[in-house]
Amino acid sequence: MVGALLLVLVAAPALAALGCTAVRPGQAAALNLAASVVGFAAAVPLTVLSRGGPYHYWDGWVIFDGPGGWVVLCAAVVYLLSSIYAIGYMPLVGEDERLPSFYALFAGFALAILVSPLMNNAAIYWIAIELTTLVSTFLIAFERAAESIEAAWKYIVIVSTGISLALFGTVLFYWNGSFLLGPTYNMTWDALRQAAPGMNPTLAVLAFLLVLVGYGTKVGLAPMHTWLPDAHSESPAPISAMLSGALLNAAMLGIVRYLAIADATKAGALPRLALVALGALSLLIAALFIVRQHSIKRLMAYSSVEHMGVIALGFGFGGPFGVAGALYHMLNHSLNKSLMFFGAGNMMRSYGSKEIADIRAVPQRFPVQAALWLAGAAAITGAPPFGLFLSELVVLRAGFERSFAWAAYVMAVLLIVVFIGFLSHFRAMYFDPVADAGASAPMRSPGGWCVAPMVLALMPILVFGLWWPQPMWEFFRETAALLSGAGR
Amino acid sequence: MLPAPLDPLASSLFSLTAIATLLLAFVMLGSRWLDNYLYAFAAQSWAIAALGAAVGYFAQAPDLYLIAALTALFRGLVLPYLIWRMIRRLQIARELHETLRPASALVVGALAVIFSLFVSHALAGPLGLGGTVAILALTVMMATVLIGFLMLAIRTEAVSQIFGLLVLENGVRLGAQILIPGMPLLIELVILADVLAAVACLGVLVRYLLTQFGTASTAGLKRLVG
Repeated sequence: MVGALLLVLVAAPALAALGCTAVRPGQAAALNLAASVVGFAAAVPLTVLSRGGPYHYWDGWVIFDGPGGWVVLCAAVVYLLSSIYAIGYMPLVGEDERLPSFYALFAGFALAILVSPLMNNAAIYWIAIELTTLVSTFLIAFERAAESIEAAWKYIVIVSTGISLALFGTVLFYWNGSFLLGPTYNMTWDALRQAAPGMNPTLAVLAFLLVLVGYGTKVGLAPMHTWLPDAHSESPAPISAMLSGALLNAAMLGIVRYLAIADATKAGALPRLALVALGALSLLIAALFIVRQHSIKRLMAYSSVEHMGVIALGFGFGGPFGVAGALYHMLNHSLNKSLMFFGAGNMMRSYGSKEIADIRAVPQRFPVQAALWLAGAAAITGAPPFGLFLSELVVLRAGFERSFAWAAYVMAVLLIVVFIGFLSHFRAMYFDPVADAGASAPMRSPGGWCVAPMVLALMPILVFGLWWPQPMWEFFRETAALLSGAGR
Repeated sequence: MLPAPLDPLASSLFSLTAIATLLLAFVMLGSRWLDNYLYAFAAQSWAIAALGAAVGYFAQAPDLYLIAALTALFRGLVLPYLIWRMIRRLQIARELHETLRPASALVVGALAVIFSLFVSHALAGPLGLGGTVAILALTVMMATVLIGFLMLAIRTEAVSQIFGLLVLENGVRLGAQILIPGMPLLIELVILADVLAAVACLGVLVRYLLTQFGTASTAGLKRLVG
């Protein structure tokens, strides 16, 4: 059952990627949407079934377990929302003849993201993450404007460099394991975990730090985040959502799995401390740049850095609360950031500018979207009654319980700074007087395809803020146990 | 795996190729000319291939011959050819706007080697591997990676940055040959293919840069800040 569903999950975007090049533009969008619906339909039952896991396939090359299943779910949700949104948004870009190749790359990007959490071999996981970079580079450069190409170049160079460090760390982990397991072994997460108590702790720390910096570059943890605002702001809005909501989580999973291994070595608290420090630094950098931001899409991008910091803190704090908060935050952030990027994309197209200063009087012009977008803004800054409030609270609580109180205080203060800074930009866009009254010509409102995914994203965030389902809590507890080595 | 008390001949051969790799990285660091980068990179790849073959011989692992041959073919011939074509098309011969002069870069590179020596010697004690070729490999690996970083940081031509990335990769590759010769064949092959794909993607982006900016220098990429 699980095997068949996994096959469906992977086959749908793979077929779409192949098929999109062969059909007409309108059909390519529909094909991609169909693939994302099928993928989502497979991902939901898979996540439920993952509680019976871990499942192994293909001689142990493929694994399906709780953490992987959760990341797959987040990616499938964002893929579905972005595919709906792309139908409305992409025709506005004005590159109609290249749309089939866009959708082919889009589906290929989704495929690479969905496949990477399933990789059981640390080296193959590395390759899957590297593949996501290569595919998404061309999606970022899709508009072929000077800015997009600059962003794509910075993205591929910085991320490839970072990922090479992750390969360095992977080699050192393999070497460290080979003292116990012999020269040739299958470098699965489990094999490394079992060898971990006998590993040399100094070498393990060095290897973990390299992996952390390497995959941390891809996650967008400060100070390796510099590619992220550029790439997120210059790519088409559906791709911004995919990068932020799906890709970053897939790379975070690598850090989480290596952290579990580093915990099992006799390396002490240093690996966790390093992750917590990077998380706190990400929050700090993001808070500073959010306050002084002038571009709407870069504002959302720095908010991604902030939320990746929160998730890193959650996993760094550890324990049932830390892991549960971080996983819950992953899903909430994926939904919420999609909503925010969709809104930003709509505004950017309607006002013809990315500058916050040019976007004024939103509620008068687009009442429905304005309400949705503002609700999303309140949610993403951690205001109740939305899911992110709950997950951030759980992460904070984990910090106080697990002797990382200083980091929890830093997080609380910076979240308040972000709240004020972020919403002050929204106040300006919503309520500041229009400078040039003559320019308020009627604007073309984006169509229903651009608004529907915003509604779809907002509903679950609201539900998750009011009601945390019991099975989900149990799922998080089991995943936390699995990651700390206590489970199975 | 390599036999524990290593044959002195094997040990000196490995050391020789490892040191040659490091020297070639310095050749790239100390030059402004793209042609020099190209030849040094190709020579470095051949040195790594030779090392792979030597490891295969002494460890009696015939798999490694295949890897060595593919390394020589792809990293030693195909990649240099692709980049050679790129350089021809761009009609540039040298790095113009480096932020650090080659002479100063060599000094910083030397500091990087000293730092790597320090780190790997700190590890030699706990691992019980003092004075072995494994520690030398670790030093060279780390130093080459750092030099790759340095090249990325101080050079502005897009092609120079591609070389920086490749040197970084070569460093990791070299270390992997000596430290973990038993790595499964499949993974080695996929990583090799991946590097090729990455360079192909970078090549396409260089073309975009050229059409959009009229130059393949990354010094002008300053629009996105804040």
